Amino acid sequence: MIVQLSHPTRQVEIKGPKRTKELLRELNLVVEAHLVIRGDELVTEDEMLADADRIEIRPVISGGARANSEL
Amino acid sequence: MNCTKCPTSTKAVIGLPRHNAAFCKGCFTTFVHEQVARAVKSHKMFTPEDRILVAVSGGKDSLALWHILLKLGYRADALYVNLGIGGYSEESHRKVRLYADTVAAAHGATLLVHVVEQEAGAGIRELATVLHRPTCSTCGTIKRYQFNRAAVEHDYDVMATGHNLDDEAARLLGNVLHWQEEYLDKQGPALPASVEGFAKKVKPLCRLSEREIAAYAVLNRIDYIVEECPMAKGSKMLLYKEVLNRLETESPGTKQRFYWGFLDKQAKSESAPESMAAKDQRTLHPCPSCGQPTTADTCSYCKMMAKAKTAAH
Repeated sequence: MIVQLSHPTRQVEIKGPKRTKELLRELNLVVEAHLVIRGDELVTEDEMLADADRIEIRPVISGGARANSEL
Repeated sequence: MNCTKCPTSTKAVIGLPRHNAAFCKGCFTTFVHEQVARAVKSHKMFTPEDRILVAVSGGKDSLALWHILLKLGYRADALYVNLGIGGYSEESHRKVRLYADTVAAAHGATLLVHVVEQEAGAGIRELATVLHRPTCSTCGTIKRYQFNRAAVEHDYDVMATGHNLDDEAARLLGNVLHWQEEYLDKQGPALPASVEGFAKKVKPLCRLSEREIAAYAVLNRIDYIVEECPMAKGSKMLLYKEVLNRLETESPGTKQRFYWGFLDKQAKSESAPESMAAKDQRTLHPCPSCGQPTTADTCSYCKMMAKAKTAAH
C-alpha cells in the first residue's frame, strides 16, 4: 500500500494486508499523535488495510507557543 | 471496532481509549459537541446572547472551534492575524478565508483580518530578528495584543481560543517543571475581564484531545492547514506533548487526569479567578501610547513596535 506521511512530506510503500496499529508500530509512530485516513475516511486501529489501499497518516500535534504564554 | 453508543453497532471511525469507547461519525460529532457544551457550562464561559470573537489561525483547533460554536448556535465571528511567514501565512490565510466564505457566512458570521506587515512594516520573522527575540515569543505578544484589542474595540463579550487538552496539559507540565507558579494562576480555561481594556478569554476545547479535534475536522470536511508552523520547529511545547502522548499510550487518561486534577485543585483553593482580578486591578494601568492595560510604563507591544521602527531606519 502507498502511505503518505507529513513532516517531512513523503510517500512510502508498505506490504499489506496489515492492521492500522501494526502499520503505525512499523513506522514507529504513536497512535495518540496520528490519524489514519484511507481514501478520505478515518479508520480505527483494528482496521485491516490492504495492498491496494491509499493511506494518509496525518500528524495531529501542533504548537510552538511558550509554556507560560497566556494566549 | 463498532460504535459503543449506537444500539445497532454501526462501524466506528475512531477509538477513544481514555473513555473506553469507540464512535461512528454521528456519535463522535455529538460527543465533541457535548464536551464543548460541558466546558462552556461548567466554567461559565459565555451565554447564547454573548458575542464571541474566535481567534483563528487556519489550523485544526481554531477552525474546529469556530465550526462547533456556530453549529451549537452561538454568535461567533473570528479574527485572523496574518503574521507574514511567506507561503505558510498565505496558505493559512487562504484556508481561513475559504472557511469564512463557504461555511461561516451562511451562519451570519464574519471574519476580521489583521496583517502584521501593514502595521509593523515587516513580517514576524524579520521582527524577531530585529528585536533579538525568539519568534514564538514575538508572535505570542503580537497575537495576544491584536486579539485583545479587536475584542475590546468591536465590543465582543468574550474571546475564544482553540487551546485543547493537550495544549493545556503540555503547558501545565512546562510550568510545573520550571515551578513557574505565577503562571499557574492564569492557567484556567476561563480568564475574567479583570480590568477595563482586557477581554474575557475562554478555551472551550479544553476537554478534547488534539487527536479528537483533528478527527472532528476530518469528519466534518474542515479544510485546515496540516503543515506545522515553520517557526515552531524544536519548541519545548512539542517535546512536552510528545512525552505526554507516550504516557497516554501506556496509560490512557493520563493527560486528562493531570490537567483536570489541576483544575479541581485550583477550584477548591481560594477562589483564584477573583484574586487574579484583584491583583490585575492593583497592578495594571493604561499604556500611555495605545491605552491597553499594562504593568509597565509602556506596554510590551508598543515597546516592541518602537524598537522595530527604530531598527528599520
